[in-house]
Amino acid sequence: MHEMGIALEVIRIAGQSIPPELEGAQIAKINLKVGKLAAVVADSLRFCFEVASKGTPAEGARLVIEEIPVQLRCRGCGRTWTAQEPVFVCQDCRSTEVKMISGRELDIDTIELVDGENDDEPSG
Amino acid sequence: MMNLPGEKHLLLRHHDHSHGHGHGHGHDHGREDVFETTAGGGRRIKVVRRVLDANDVTAARNRELFAAGNVFVLNMMSSPGSGKTTTLQKTLARLMPDVRAAVIVGDICTTNDADRLAASGAPVVQINTDQFGGDCHLAAHVIEKALDGIDLEAIDLLIVENIGNLVCPAEFDIGEDKRVVVLSVTEGEDKPAKYPLMFRVCDATLLNKTDLLPYLDYDLAEVEKTIAGIKPGMPVFKISAKTEDGFDAWIDWLRDQVRDKVGK
Repeated sequence: MHEMGIALEVIRIAGQSIPPELEGAQIAKINLKVGKLAAVVADSLRFCFEVASKGTPAEGARLVIEEIPVQLRCRGCGRTWTAQEPVFVCQDCRSTEVKMISGRELDIDTIELVDGENDDEPSG
Repeated sequence: MMNLPGEKHLLLRHHDHSHGHGHGHGHDHGREDVFETTAGGGRRIKVVRRVLDANDVTAARNRELFAAGNVFVLNMMSSPGSGKTTTLQKTLARLMPDVRAAVIVGDICTTNDADRLAASGAPVVQINTDQFGGDCHLAAHVIEKALDGIDLEAIDLLIVENIGNLVCPAEFDIGEDKRVVVLSVTEGEDKPAKYPLMFRVCDATLLNKTDLLPYLDYDLAEVEKTIAGIKPGMPVFKISAKTEDGFDAWIDWLRDQVRDKVGK
């Protein structure tokens, strides 16, 4: 719902991440990790990103969104599993001491810069 | 979606614990060996930063201010129309004046809520998020700005009435000590299952409008079971902000929280 705010931050952080010696470079690709519980709608984020990146080093960049599943670990018996529904109770030992290992990420993992000569890798 | 086959995969991954030095680069983006050449010939730069980093930094700053002022901060969230403002009015009436409270209230527009709450005598700061882009949540920097209007030395408790929304406010730390979510029995029983993150990040649920239960086919047990699955052990206070039924337990819980931090 706040995808525009997220898009603006992505653009800001990605722009900051261009090393000074490569100033002026354009970004070809931004690799994001987005947890399933992060409440980010990928289509909205792409739309906002496209609009907001105009005139920035991120203009025209491809957003690659890797969805991170909700991984839980039981503190009682140590079992680790991927949650398909929002139940934070261990199905083996019924412990309610469950730690969320992943699923809330909203991280920029890497960015890739336009090389000028060869940037025609296939999109995926 | 992942790396293309044949593409070099030289970068340390965020959660890759097989590399002992994986976290040695500190929080900031060190400039050494951060970029690699990909198979396509482009340069890839390791970033590994949380998108909401800026918010978390501001939230931490707010948290320090609250600690210095010895103020307990409650972030109150809910869907629109759950009765949050009425709940807050009645809550303030019970706490004041022995607990000195102030309120920050967020709305996309209008000052209706602030006007209602000001009657309690508590200082109220209204935030209309349209000044900040019509946001769907209160971010830490908005709270920071609102703190200009509040004397933290003069209060024990700050309640932030967040924007009515069960999605976004759950994502944004504002520097609070505890979070509560207000849900009403006129909403569907499946609300917690639909918005699990909200219930997961909260410390208590207020299930409001219980005075309407006789007129509804509401499965109270099912809701409690769903909430217990998402956040085992979280207290669920069944209240009616209209009749103040169930308020004793809720107020006791809140007083305990304030006392634990503030010492009064």
